[in-house]
Amino acid sequence: MKAPRVTDTSLRDGSHPMRHQFSVAQVRAVAQALDEAGIPVIEVTHGDGLAGSSLQYGFSATSEMELISAAKEVCRQAKIAVLLIPGIGTVKELKEAMERGAQVVRIATQCTEADVSEEHFEFAKKLGMEAVGFLMMAHMRPPEVLTQQARIMESSGADCVYIVDSAGAMLPRDAYERVKALKEALAIQVGFHAHNNLGLAVGNTLAALEAGADQIDGCLRGLGAGAGNAPTELLAAVLDKMGLNPGLDVYKLMDAAEYVIAPMMPYQPIPTRDAITIGYAGVYSTFLLHAQRAGERYGIDPRTILTELGRRQAVAGQEDWILDVALELARGAAQHTAH
Amino acid sequence: MEMEHQANEKIKVAIIGSGNIGSDLMYKLLKQPGHMELVLLTGIDPASEGLARARALGIQVSYEGIQTVLDAPDIKLVFDATSARAHLRHAPALRSAGKIAIDLTPAALGPYVVPPANLREHLDEANVNMVTCGGQATAPLVYAISRVTPLLYAEMVSTVASLSAGPGTRQNIDEFTETTARALEVIGGAKRGKAIIILNPADPPIMMRNTVYAIPQGEFDEAAVRASVEQMVAEVQTYVPGYRLKNPLVIEMRDTPWGRQPILTMLLEVEGAGDYLPRHAGNLDIMTASARRVGELFARKLLEGRQEAAA
Repeated sequence: MKAPRVTDTSLRDGSHPMRHQFSVAQVRAVAQALDEAGIPVIEVTHGDGLAGSSLQYGFSATSEMELISAAKEVCRQAKIAVLLIPGIGTVKELKEAMERGAQVVRIATQCTEADVSEEHFEFAKKLGMEAVGFLMMAHMRPPEVLTQQARIMESSGADCVYIVDSAGAMLPRDAYERVKALKEALAIQVGFHAHNNLGLAVGNTLAALEAGADQIDGCLRGLGAGAGNAPTELLAAVLDKMGLNPGLDVYKLMDAAEYVIAPMMPYQPIPTRDAITIGYAGVYSTFLLHAQRAGERYGIDPRTILTELGRRQAVAGQEDWILDVALELARGAAQHTAH
Repeated sequence: MEMEHQANEKIKVAIIGSGNIGSDLMYKLLKQPGHMELVLLTGIDPASEGLARARALGIQVSYEGIQTVLDAPDIKLVFDATSARAHLRHAPALRSAGKIAIDLTPAALGPYVVPPANLREHLDEANVNMVTCGGQATAPLVYAISRVTPLLYAEMVSTVASLSAGPGTRQNIDEFTETTARALEVIGGAKRGKAIIILNPADPPIMMRNTVYAIPQGEFDEAAVRASVEQMVAEVQTYVPGYRLKNPLVIEMRDTPWGRQPILTMLLEVEGAGDYLPRHAGNLDIMTASARRVGELFARKLLEGRQEAAA
């Protein structure tokens, strides 16, 4: 095994639990702490990527472009990454992000739909950016399908392709097999992005490393969607003990988690009953707060809504189906009572 | 009032493009020709299944693309179901040949046309654009609200089955979001529009689903909004029978960049007619059904012109 590159996505995946309310001051503080601790890549974007600010996902309090500039200003060594989900953001926003200092773009698609990203990879490479592919909800398809999809990204210019466990639904074996398949099939790097809904974010990340992952993701205090991600400070400590520390300052990351990000967090993401249900049912981690809100409004257990979304094979970004399902369940309950 | 013409009075029309959209439109024009007579379908691939199907149905076909259309002076109305890039070449050629172009690509050279909102405004144009499938599905609902109360913002989220998203959509997904967002402003009447598209690979395939959100500016008459939306759904159903709201309009208060505002949400499902494409492909069905309707109005107008000239 070799020391992986660690990307911190507190300022992107963490945007979900923050309800997209990050301020310029908060972004500066987090980015500076990460930069000083030796984190090489810091992702800053709305939780649903460039142009994610919407009624569907939640409006940003501060424009992500301002936040990208703010992070860029305080970083001395770290590169700024942005997330782009084709169908939500476009190359127009990517260009602006690049002009504001983003050097890496992570281009994400549902794990069966990689061909929608071809124009974005080509555009990113033309801009001279590093381009990383994200195959989201990768638990939904077997390794051979993911391999085909990863090849589409590779041939469009990707420098790396990630297996993304957006639902936090994988077991260590699932993570291992998927990363392994990509490592064997691709000439480029392979990454792994975990969610902690089943309490396996760090464990799955280690399984991915064993399968040869070159890049992994973390968030300070695990601040991310659902039960959060693999905590960056924990990954640093574990990697160090394994003799795989890529140059991270473990104590500085612990301090950043404790003194910088923890005070701004609205809650500590952990595998609560609703978050466990997300991993168990295999639905998108960002559904958590939306399902809780709909559950409260219509008097339905959020777990019932999440389980039904899993049965309908909802994919990344389909927050609008939550209202749809809640209304149907509420109608069903009303009819039941009437009988 | 629209003048009805003798059944034997028809305008000759052609379709360029023998892919999914061109084929589905062909079946619609054969099933319900109105005042149009489909005389030609052209493609560029001699091995195209679409051309073979058309030939089997007795339609003249050609694999020389637009040229055969240009060479036929009696064809007055042309549906372009190719690609935005091809349409940029086709548009001037059709114009100088004196043919009206109904553009089903995202090229958007001519004005957007969404039948229940602005169809009659552009019958003098030589080139009109059919926006996007999501635009045809959602702009009518946004328009239905904005004709009752002004809108600060409208947003649509379109979820289509992976199987019904062809290479045209996949390779130009940015064009979809940009064009659709603009249609919510230009046609829908919202001050700002936003569009999101999601492809869902579920098996069995899902029906086309659209969610439309709108933020009214100031107080609004809820009953009038609901009545206008219901009326609009009924109007679209006259040409897209599988167009329906899954629930009555939902209103809830949310924090927005304009402060705490009521959000109107409509959950729309579009089931295809199954003319050629499967029923889940409501996104393509609404495109071809709308194009057929636009073609029919142009055909009637051309026939009126002939009658006036004869009188």
